[in-house]
Amino acid sequence: MLEIKNLHVDLEEEDKAILKGVDLCVEAGKVHAIMGPNGSGKSTLSYVLSGKDGYEVTAGTATLDGVDLLEMEPEERAAAGLFLAFQYPVEIPGVGNMTFLRTAVNAQRKARGQEEMSATDFLKLIREKAKDLKIDADMLKRPVNVGFSGGEKKRNEILQMAMLEPKMCILDETDSGLDVDAMKLVADGVNALRGQGRGFLVITHYQRLLDHIVPDVVHIMSDGRIIKSGGPELALEVEQNGYADIIAEVA
Amino acid sequence: MALPDVKQNATQARLAAMEMPQSGVWAKAAREDAVSRLISMGLPHRRDEYWKFTRPDTLVQPEGPQAALYDTSDEPEMFGAVDRLKIVFVDGVFDAEQSDDLALEGVTIDRLSEAGRADIHWAKDLYGLLEQRGQTPVARPLATLNTAMAGDGLLIHVTGKAPKPLHLIYQHRATTSDAMLHHVIKLEKDAELTLLESGPVAARFNTVLETEIADGATLHHVRKQGRHHECHVATHVFARLGEESSFKSFTLTANGVMTRNEMVIELTGDDAIAHVAGAAMGDGDFHQDDTVFITHDAERCESRQVFKKVLRNGATGVFQGKILVEPGAQKTDGYQISQALLLDGDSQFLAKPELEIYADDVACSHGSTSGAIDEDALFYLRARGVPHGLATDLLTIAFLAEAVDEVEDEILRADILDRLEGWLARRRG
Repeated sequence: MLEIKNLHVDLEEEDKAILKGVDLCVEAGKVHAIMGPNGSGKSTLSYVLSGKDGYEVTAGTATLDGVDLLEMEPEERAAAGLFLAFQYPVEIPGVGNMTFLRTAVNAQRKARGQEEMSATDFLKLIREKAKDLKIDADMLKRPVNVGFSGGEKKRNEILQMAMLEPKMCILDETDSGLDVDAMKLVADGVNALRGQGRGFLVITHYQRLLDHIVPDVVHIMSDGRIIKSGGPELALEVEQNGYADIIAEVA
Repeated sequence: MALPDVKQNATQARLAAMEMPQSGVWAKAAREDAVSRLISMGLPHRRDEYWKFTRPDTLVQPEGPQAALYDTSDEPEMFGAVDRLKIVFVDGVFDAEQSDDLALEGVTIDRLSEAGRADIHWAKDLYGLLEQRGQTPVARPLATLNTAMAGDGLLIHVTGKAPKPLHLIYQHRATTSDAMLHHVIKLEKDAELTLLESGPVAARFNTVLETEIADGATLHHVRKQGRHHECHVATHVFARLGEESSFKSFTLTANGVMTRNEMVIELTGDDAIAHVAGAAMGDGDFHQDDTVFITHDAERCESRQVFKKVLRNGATGVFQGKILVEPGAQKTDGYQISQALLLDGDSQFLAKPELEIYADDVACSHGSTSGAIDEDALFYLRARGVPHGLATDLLTIAFLAEAVDEVEDEILRADILDRLEGWLARRRG
């Protein structure tokens, strides 16, 4: 499903290499986790895949179901089925959460040549999904993420994911800023979306999120490359011994 | 100080090109007084400090510029969702055919062109008077010219709570029309009126609204300007407020090669409230200027100015806003914000916020900002599948919404937001 080959990326402004040959393949229906120390390039990978400005791809490819992602605008990538759950969801004063979601859902449907969802159907769907994530009517009415707590912001990300039903989800440090209960709520939301041929790439510093979202494959990223891949046990190894041992072992 | 030749000549040339409307005793006196005041102050010149950011040339010159007609038939009727009394002017001339009967409970409405010919009328005590009071400390000669020459307008006397809004609908039919309207609204104690205005009066137009708002009275004013791009516009609102009275005014401006909106408000009774707001959307050779002067001359009054402009493709927005707090106007609460969203590097926002305070127990705050679109918000929207153009427009509306929110009536507010969305959608294509 998501196939990344030999991806090299520079930061545009600093002319500095961040990704130095990433190879990764997430199959349909599988959950892959990427772990790694600060500055290893995990978040850069998520931004490059979703199309944020400021990065230059110097080599390599990234495709979703065989379609070149890197040539597309961010909105085209989203319509093609890619979703990034932001590490820091953006506050947008003046744009109601509900308006935002309805605009996004319908823009994607339009881009895919589907009919727009009626207001009634949309309302019914969002109420149902919001309930599972304990998002109340007030949060739906408020401007996007404005005045939301850290946990509310992350739950709002998962709500968007549930409404947009992407093929491939990237979760960028979704556990950051969450207490245990909030993390469990978010993980339940993600687990409810597992299967159905949907791929996940879960980026995290810590093993604890992976207790709740159990991955099929764990990758360790360091200095812009994936240096080791394995099963869920690899995450436990990191938790016990830190990254230094693995980095030393590979070097 | 003698007037410079250039001003004297320009003023004489303009006056020579016009004819004073036929008037009875009271109106004639007011008009002649205005002519002599105008001759001594002179029409605005681009070197005047008050016209530093806006060139007055096209508003001043004897010959009015032409303006192509703009087809707005693809839009729903403005304020169409509101039950209102419609009064139509075509190129600045009252059109009885298209207007409703000028009858509304608690309100009497006369036309200046008729009442002005009589020898006596209640408006005698107001017509040109608030305009004249508004000439200090800064001269507003275009308003004086209007007092002298306005061909038509409405004299509205409100004695109770008007059961529905008055809607002044201006239609532009001739590419060369050059019109002046002068309205006077007198609200008696505890009276209430909502005044709606929409459309361009003419290819070039100059309008004045003088309003006296007595103790406990309320005037709501909501105005739509645009989208007729080529019209040249100068408007003045002069409001004087009594005790516990309230004046709330909102203007939506879209398109327009030249628009100068001046608001002059005097808070003369304790506990009065004045809110003025504007949302403007400019593209290309767009120039829009909000000039506001609010004087606090009583205790515990509240004033609020909220102006927002979205500019692109070389458009220019201007804001000159002043709060003057006279000695003794204690417990004044003054607020002023002007902000521009610049969608590209070619557009500009020129702002001159001013506070002048002579009382020692007041709270006044002001702020002015201009900035580009929030790239993080834009990316967030796009990452959810919202195309670039639509995402920009969503953020544009969000930005303007803070000014639109100043409109209290929900139906009117929704009408304005719908209109903005419609304009943006058409522009996106």
